[in-house]
Amino acid sequence: MDSVDTSLKPAPKRFTKTRGKLAEFFLMLHRIYAFILRFFKEVFLPPYEFKEIVKQCYETGVKSFTLITLTGFIVGVIFTKQSRPSLTNFGAESWLPSLVSIAIMKALAPLVTALIAAGKVGSSIGAELGSMRVTEQIDAMEVSGTKPFKFLVCTRVIATTITIPLLATYTAFIALLGGYLNVSQNEGTSYAIFMEQAFEPLTFIDFWASLIKALVFGFTIGIVGCYQGYNSTKGTEGVGKAANGAVVTAMFLVFIEEVLIVQMAGWFR
Amino acid sequence: MEKQKANIDKTNEVIRLRGVEKSFADYDVLRGIDLDLYQGENLVVLGRSGTGKSVLIKLISGLLTPDAGTIEVLGKEVTNISERDLEELRIHIGFSFQNSALYDSMTVRKNLEFPLVRNRKGITRFEIDKNVAEVLEAVGLSQTINQMPSELSGGQRKRIGIARTLILNPEIMLYDEPTAGLDPITCIEINELINEVQQRYNTSSIIITHDLTCAKMTGDRVAMLLDGQFQRVGPFDEVFKTTDPRVTPFYDYNFIQ
Repeated sequence: MDSVDTSLKPAPKRFTKTRGKLAEFFLMLHRIYAFILRFFKEVFLPPYEFKEIVKQCYETGVKSFTLITLTGFIVGVIFTKQSRPSLTNFGAESWLPSLVSIAIMKALAPLVTALIAAGKVGSSIGAELGSMRVTEQIDAMEVSGTKPFKFLVCTRVIATTITIPLLATYTAFIALLGGYLNVSQNEGTSYAIFMEQAFEPLTFIDFWASLIKALVFGFTIGIVGCYQGYNSTKGTEGVGKAANGAVVTAMFLVFIEEVLIVQMAGWFR
Repeated sequence: MEKQKANIDKTNEVIRLRGVEKSFADYDVLRGIDLDLYQGENLVVLGRSGTGKSVLIKLISGLLTPDAGTIEVLGKEVTNISERDLEELRIHIGFSFQNSALYDSMTVRKNLEFPLVRNRKGITRFEIDKNVAEVLEAVGLSQTINQMPSELSGGQRKRIGIARTLILNPEIMLYDEPTAGLDPITCIEINELINEVQQRYNTSSIIITHDLTCAKMTGDRVAMLLDGQFQRVGPFDEVFKTTDPRVTPFYDYNFIQ
């Protein structure tokens, strides 16, 4: 006789499916946690791969320069242009520089930079490592006694963590420049007055919060891209999935981190 | 096309497998494998696709871990070894991948330098260049030194893949389908290169293939992997002196009978 208790009805299919997906989700969280832990374990151990870090900084930073410049400038111009009518209704056009600077420095610059980097850098890291995984290049590094995690993952994560705050700072200034050009054209405000009004409402905490935010975003984009690519499977389909997963997951996490950091920065004010 | 007699030391086992088992999900790939590879020997592992031939050499190189059994390589137990010791052991094992696995973003020179620079601390530029030139000359592709992998033919990629493993002077070579996807003439060239590597570098090799010409040309011994176990092990002619319907199609297909 079967010892299984047949009086227990099997769970409806949709619950089993949901339970499976939930288990998969938590398993993925555990894997990401282990991946991050491995990064911190290996990043402080030699060899330090300075040459590769510089190369990756160039790939992630310098090669994103044009796109960031263009986007930052447009964000500055558009935000200023769109904010003007609302302030004009209250006769507060003179607050425009302050409003633009608060929005750009506190939120837009790090966020816009991170979203662009997630799309450009994150996907490229995911696709590159994914392709290396499915063509056994990572295995080839492993069997030749080199450390692929150190060479491929640590260097890329360090590079994104360094370059994205730099790019975010650059975006802020370019966006402010865009805002200034729009204000100077419409209100005839001089550069000195614009800058004075722009930086007046900003505090030291605002700069730090922005910088920390960009650091966290940079780390997130790097680690997510590397995680997706390094663990890619199933051939070319897997490479596409890795690139896509790197962008979607990084963007999602960037928004969550934005909310959390803004909340935490509020506690210090 | 017969293989020349190699200098095999049967008292020295460089690889020793006992009761190795490996399964993926519900599929038992290897079901208690026993195998010895002697110093200086070329052992060819034959078998159908999906029978676990590549899994076998990935287990030996520590890329995969077995579910059961022991794997000893150069006297060290691979399954019970620290990460650091495994890295050191891997320097003595050359792994030639089926699709060569050359680093796309690096030139041939950089591909060859990569393992050397990372494993030989304090090596000079002169020594690096000398080693690179030496292995390129050994595989007959000195002229490709500044080319990118994408500019090479399939056979050239295989040769550079082999050169990259030779640069660390390995004691053991693991070849995964060395002649797969190549034309007959290039296959013969690769087979000759495998034999040359055995003679010149005094390596012991496991060659995974289902190409019987390759098996005959390169193997001192042939092991037939069937149903997750080695069913027939011995010299090429003895292994195929059988009416086993799982074995004869290999011979008949490869030698058109």
